Amino acid sequence: MSVTFSINGVKVEAATGDNVLDTARTNGFEIPSLCHHEAVSPYGACRLCLVEINKGGRKKITTSCNYEVLDGIDVKTDSPEIHKHRAMVLELILAEAPKSEQVQALAAQYGVKQSRFANAKNDEAQKDRDNCILCGLCTRVCSEIVEVNALTFNGRGDKRGVGSPYLEQPQTCIACGACAWVCPTDCIGFSEEDGVRKVHRWGRELPMAKDENGRPVAPVFQLHHFKKRVGLPDDFFKKAPGSR
Amino acid sequence: MPRIASAKALESYRKEQKKLRPENQRFLAICAGTGCKAYGSDKVVAAFAEELKKAGLSDEVKIRATGCHGFCERGTLVVFQPEGILYQRVQPDAVPDIVERTIKNGEIIEDHLYDDPSTGEKYKYEKDIPFYKHQNRLILGMNGHIDPCSIDDYIALDGYSALVKAFDIGPDKVLEEVKASTLRGRGGGGFPAGRKWETCRNVASDKRYVICNADEGDPGAFMDRSILEGNPHSVIEGMIIGALTIGSDEGYVYVRHEYPLAVERLGIALQQAREKGFLGENILGTGLNFDIKINRGGGAFVCGESTALMASIEGKVGEPRAKHIHTVVSGLNDKPSNLNNVETWANVPLIVKKGAKWYTSIGTKGSPGTKIFSLVGKVNNTGLVEAPMGMTLRQVIYDVGGGIPGGKEFKAVQTGGPSGGCLPKEKLDLPVDFDTLWEEGSMMGSGGMIVMDERNCMVDVAKYFLGFLKFESCGKCTTCREGVKRLHELVTDVTEGKGTMETLELIQQLCDTVEVGSLCALGQTAVNPVRSTLKLFREEYEAHVKDHKCPAAVCKELITYTIDEEVCTGCLVCGKRCPQDAILGTKKKPHTIVQEKCIKCGICEDVCKYDSVRVA
Repeated sequence: MSVTFSINGVKVEAATGDNVLDTARTNGFEIPSLCHHEAVSPYGACRLCLVEINKGGRKKITTSCNYEVLDGIDVKTDSPEIHKHRAMVLELILAEAPKSEQVQALAAQYGVKQSRFANAKNDEAQKDRDNCILCGLCTRVCSEIVEVNALTFNGRGDKRGVGSPYLEQPQTCIACGACAWVCPTDCIGFSEEDGVRKVHRWGRELPMAKDENGRPVAPVFQLHHFKKRVGLPDDFFKKAPGSR
Repeated sequence: MPRIASAKALESYRKEQKKLRPENQRFLAICAGTGCKAYGSDKVVAAFAEELKKAGLSDEVKIRATGCHGFCERGTLVVFQPEGILYQRVQPDAVPDIVERTIKNGEIIEDHLYDDPSTGEKYKYEKDIPFYKHQNRLILGMNGHIDPCSIDDYIALDGYSALVKAFDIGPDKVLEEVKASTLRGRGGGGFPAGRKWETCRNVASDKRYVICNADEGDPGAFMDRSILEGNPHSVIEGMIIGALTIGSDEGYVYVRHEYPLAVERLGIALQQAREKGFLGENILGTGLNFDIKINRGGGAFVCGESTALMASIEGKVGEPRAKHIHTVVSGLNDKPSNLNNVETWANVPLIVKKGAKWYTSIGTKGSPGTKIFSLVGKVNNTGLVEAPMGMTLRQVIYDVGGGIPGGKEFKAVQTGGPSGGCLPKEKLDLPVDFDTLWEEGSMMGSGGMIVMDERNCMVDVAKYFLGFLKFESCGKCTTCREGVKRLHELVTDVTEGKGTMETLELIQQLCDTVEVGSLCALGQTAVNPVRSTLKLFREEYEAHVKDHKCPAAVCKELITYTIDEEVCTGCLVCGKRCPQDAILGTKKKPHTIVQEKCIKCGICEDVCKYDSVRVA
């Protein structure tokens, strides 16, 4: 089933169940976001993808990532008001992740060079967070794509954090690194050294299995997981990449 | 007792129960609501039982430990029925005397009667006391007459007769009636319940849920708690009628774990309703199958939000989701789910029994019926007040509430809990209804009403609510988690004299974005306390910022305690009570406060009999 509606006055089509943000981007409209990835379910955490939606004469500003497309709606991806709110949200996020170059760059686009919320008192509260903006991409990738559920949120309100259950080394983590790859502020950290894969933020360290040429491929758990998921032969990763 | 298998069987059972409770039966309705229990009403109940037994009057005078009567300020409350005489502040040790003089000899003991603090007038009958006289207690009224653990008490007072009528007229007519009553959701939103029911009913689905929101969490609010504790069957009956109308076979009551008495009494009530045949399969022989489960909340305020509540019932973390698709269409387990609050459900049997026409004759056109408020703060008669919608704030606070204690001046009333706003004395004549309060930048909310006097600082009030919400935000979305946190920081700066005019400007701007940008109603309305006080009490904010003064003398960083040497008699009391030994002075010589040591706790001011402590 397809749906027709307009974005900034341009008619667009999308499939039922699609969201406004992905549809807009597919059609070349720019909307900023930090918590959205088309591979995982929309979450609505960062609040940057605010747009104005006019539905049957009723206008409202709302997030586009979790707004399902509807016939006849009118979407405006920018306006002075939306711009103002995005700038304020970026000021809030910049205070959370002052050292993140990605956040700095996005904030600069909205004219935010410095956050009025950053001061010594706040830095203290922020110090364990280390540029994390609690966007939930790592947790969603881990549960929806990798399907190992090694990560979760903890606490609530301003005490909210993200990490492994009980903040111990996550036993189900296969150190695949998908979380580090998807993180918008690069605050997780991922490395391979001396045949050991490390995902820094969660404290996960796993030795890597080697192929027939003695070259490290990936952690054993990850290989098992992939073989099972895709149904590969048991010795698949033992072979050198060219002969698989 | 077997299940009651038909409406006819219920009516004959009701007759039996009425016979067991003749109208001239003498009984003591002793409040065993949470407030009176805290005063020790359990001991009062036990003492009466013992004394009546000793006097050989156990059969002649019954005891009913009831739910909350509402007049918490004066607990423990004992009402002598059928006369309706009220004794207040009854202590267990007074019971032998009461049994001897009042119950045996019919003498009224003046000391136990209510005396109006402003006029000194004493009142014999409950109904004459101004606190009760100005109310219209449609929902709470039954509390004083039934033992919440006895379904038979409820049945004897025509309980479950609305359900019989609902079966009689059928779901279509019930829906019509509820829609015509324009009953609005008492949980805060004020959405028309009938429209909600209709939408839920019309969604094609093999399963629908009926849910009762009892996650009451506003600071100081205890309306829903008192209904569940005092009259749980009224809520259950409402929910069964809802299930019949909407087409549901499964219901939930989501109730706070911090309400142990409500959980206990609701559990007993559900079990009794099941045994009697009002829940379970083939209810009253009509073929309707419906049962209700209790789901206890884990203490998160945000779980009162519909989507978070349903996530919590599903066993997930109680976090809200965007409501672009409403829960009536896809809610609990992705099925259509009709959520109403406790008070809303308790209104349903009344509407079905007496009709929409009767219901709309009470209250205002836009907000019919009554609303229960928890009237707390700086007011003489704290307690639960059920007033017809449209009553003015002044009537609620002065006529029912008895005004402000200690001759202080009224300053503001905070309505709607953390999502509401503060209204100043110029607004006292506003009618209390959903739309008026909303237009004034406050809201009805679930019915919290906190009265404040000249010694409440409005910046401090805003700080308190922001602190509450900062703690209770689920933390999912940036604007609520970070925005409310920053608002709290900024307002704290103001209370500490560190704010500037730019701070006030930034608060305004941040309020705009938090309101528009937040994911759920918690964040969207979190700005109301600060925004309404900033608008209506701006001069107070400016005094903190420009003059570094707290006019209400509350904000510790901006005030100093001193002793007026002219007035001080040198009685030494303040010096003895000062936890910091910050007060110097010898007997019969004026005392002085060593400012460096003073922590501004205010104890000296409280204990001084001669009013010699100054704070500014």
